[in-house]
Amino acid sequence: MTAPGRKAAVTSVQPRGAGASRRVFLTASAALGGGLLLHAVLPDLACAETAHRRLATARPLNAFIAIAPDGIVTIIAKNPEIGQGVKTMLPMLIAEELDVDWKDVRTEQADLDVAKYGRQFAGGSTATPLNWEPMRRVGAAGRAMLVAAAARIWGVAPSACSTAAGIVHHAASGRTLSYGVLVEKAALLPVPNLETVRLKDPKDFTIIGQPLPGVDNRSIVTGKPLFGIDVASPGMLYAVFEKCPVFGGKVGRANTDAIKRLSGVRDAFVVEGGNNPLGLVGGVAIVADSWWAASKARKQLQVTWDEGPTAEQSSAGFASAAQELAKRPPARWLRRDGDAAAAFARAARTIEAAYFYPFLAHLDLEPQNCTARVRAGKVEIWAPTQDPEGGARMVAATLRVPESNVLVHVTRVGGGFGRRLRNDYMAEAAWIARQVGRPVKLLWSRQDDIQHDFYRPAGFHFLKGGVKGDGTLVALTDHFVTFGHGDQVAASAGLGQTEFPAQFVDNLEFGMSLLPLGVPTGPLRAPGANALAFVFQSFLDELAHVAGKDPLAFHLALLGRRREPLNASAGSNPEHGLDAGRLRGVLELVAEKSGWTKRHLLPKGTGMGIASYFCHLGYFAEVVRATVVSSGTVKVDKVWVAGDIGSQIINPSNAENQVQGAVLDGIGEALGQAITIERGRVVEANFDTVPLLRIHQAPPVEVHFRITEHPPTGLGEPALPPVIPALCNAIFAATGKRIRSLPIDTTQLRRA
Amino acid sequence: MPYTIDINGVRRTVDVDGDMPLLWVLRDVLDLKGSKYGCGIGLCGACTVHLDGSPTRSCMLPISGIGLAKVVTIEGIGETPLGRRIQGAWLDIDVIQCGYCQAGQIMSAAALLARTPHPNDRDIDRAMAGTLCRCGTYPRIRAAIKKAAGLSIADTRTP
Repeated sequence: MTAPGRKAAVTSVQPRGAGASRRVFLTASAALGGGLLLHAVLPDLACAETAHRRLATARPLNAFIAIAPDGIVTIIAKNPEIGQGVKTMLPMLIAEELDVDWKDVRTEQADLDVAKYGRQFAGGSTATPLNWEPMRRVGAAGRAMLVAAAARIWGVAPSACSTAAGIVHHAASGRTLSYGVLVEKAALLPVPNLETVRLKDPKDFTIIGQPLPGVDNRSIVTGKPLFGIDVASPGMLYAVFEKCPVFGGKVGRANTDAIKRLSGVRDAFVVEGGNNPLGLVGGVAIVADSWWAASKARKQLQVTWDEGPTAEQSSAGFASAAQELAKRPPARWLRRDGDAAAAFARAARTIEAAYFYPFLAHLDLEPQNCTARVRAGKVEIWAPTQDPEGGARMVAATLRVPESNVLVHVTRVGGGFGRRLRNDYMAEAAWIARQVGRPVKLLWSRQDDIQHDFYRPAGFHFLKGGVKGDGTLVALTDHFVTFGHGDQVAASAGLGQTEFPAQFVDNLEFGMSLLPLGVPTGPLRAPGANALAFVFQSFLDELAHVAGKDPLAFHLALLGRRREPLNASAGSNPEHGLDAGRLRGVLELVAEKSGWTKRHLLPKGTGMGIASYFCHLGYFAEVVRATVVSSGTVKVDKVWVAGDIGSQIINPSNAENQVQGAVLDGIGEALGQAITIERGRVVEANFDTVPLLRIHQAPPVEVHFRITEHPPTGLGEPALPPVIPALCNAIFAATGKRIRSLPIDTTQLRRA
Repeated sequence: MPYTIDINGVRRTVDVDGDMPLLWVLRDVLDLKGSKYGCGIGLCGACTVHLDGSPTRSCMLPISGIGLAKVVTIEGIGETPLGRRIQGAWLDIDVIQCGYCQAGQIMSAAALLARTPHPNDRDIDRAMAGTLCRCGTYPRIRAAIKKAAGLSIADTRTP
């Protein structure tokens, strides 16, 4: 990749007050399950104010595309924009095959309407693999209709016509017609079969592959209201909601009568709530004329809580329980290949190591919030959410109204990272708004946000590995002590049977034991991978050193034993299994770019570490160069990244930004973040005790992509996991001290 | 009680409690929602505005403490040539991911460049360390500041 800052040829801004342009919609939308469905639907008139304006002057036709007579194309972005660039990327796919000039494109965020748009969520780095073809087919269908309309006017065959930048050409006669002129007629034509509509040869792409800036950038740098926290509704009140600091606790008594008398307060009441942390849990709502007034009143709030059984739980307790469980065989086996015990007995060298990683919070910079209005059994929601569909379902269940009565407007999202796949704040806002009979904006404080999360679960791994005399890894075992109840593993706390290096080591055992947990857990950017990469890629580095091997050579040798993609489960798409050749490819590329073979020339106290990982269909290898000073402070000097996400980098500017962000996110987690549980509650409350990475700690991150003949895949997540072990391995190279516990404890790196 | 303050060159009168922080006056009373709430205690910088040119955390600044000082917010920073240049650099470099922190970043950068027109990497570190970006757009924030200053955007800290 080139350096950031290329001046893109085009800037695109969100249309404001679309004026009197007539727009016509073409009908073609993606169906659930990856197929495509054609239907002639009118956009839901209740959907959005912008839709109202548009429809007042135009005849609607398609779910995703509208073209005005002046040639301005409005493209609907169906998925929530959480900073991953999807509000730019999905319309790029449509615009490419529609064959329009990007400078003529405006994008609009869709409200929730799964019947019209297909699935609408932001998670799992899935937007690219799920939409790469369907969205292009939507654009191509629109193009075909415009071509057919021109061909009919001219009395020629559609195949005799071509398109470019929003204009249909008939080469034989030299005639042209613009899309803006054609759209009325095109809209009346039959919609072509999306399965068979012709797609461009990638060599003809004019939009895909261009470094295009985010479509909301201009609004953001001028401070326009785009986010959930910025929503305003006429007559709106502001709410805070105090929940029990102990997870699962209930409200006993609260001084709501005294709170109601405070300045600016309109109401204060207890919400009973239920037992499911994904929905509405109990608490005390304070509703006021301003959020500040509500927050100020909250300081006077006195609640006696029934804390419940989770009050017995603590991080320290989990650690000692895990040590006890590690002394016994795992409660269950996930995988047993070969005979590990016999292989250890024959191995030239064996090592044992215990690895630990803590609970983590998501720390979205925009705290959880939601605005809700409930009128005559109908619920209207404005929310920064990653999963509006799940939110609507949950609000409907909580308020006992039909799901069809819940309308969700998706705002821009000030950070998701997986937190907003849960919609608990949505249930709270809807409940409070119904009770007060006015629109309500609920906003959590930072402390609420940190202390009422769905945390990345902590984990304990008790590992053993053995190498032969020639340095080959012959056996590896992991007793993973994690969280769950009965047979049910807590959310995002599992270990897959195919976790690397499973299938690459002849004698391998993965076992698991569970600790009960009352703390809610959930996906954090690259769930599972963000922790497991640290454990296994660090331990493999240990084994490489035990074997007397260059860690890169050790990895390549391990991967070289298998070349074919390995399916995650029988019958799955071969693209979904680990392809050792692709992982080798990024390892070799990052080694070359980072000068891995020259690392012996680094000064004392400076080291390089390498790690690789496959997740979310993406292959990443990363090298960290770090310096550890005598105080133990770790300075990350530079990170090199090599990624393989297939045949096409859709938006190279955003791709580089995502990779750099993921790498810095991982470094921030490793250097300082942990959530501590004491007496069933979270100790940390703000950024002083849960430090996010700051600019002076952020190294340069050099990003390279290896282009391969595979369908393009997503980028939000897979660049994160390898950086944590690469950093820890670099610290080992610099100091000889092995990091087996996160966050990195710099006191153990101090030199006397 | 009523307070009259100068915001983006316009005198505005608001009738609020004296301890109400400027951030909430801006957002919920004056409908200037560009300044963001992130932490409430001056740790994240998302609420940064200029108070007589100094970068100030508006979440901790009570309305009663402003007096005659001139307040400039993200909505007004583009009125100055420097502010416009910084916004332009942000667009050219395509800095933004989620965008939530960027008002604070731009206000911090504007204060830096007003004081230090040609900052080096250490100057940037010092001036920008108080403003968190959860998405990690720091390499591009650094590049955009340099671009706005007319400097090479290369990261000179590279080993």
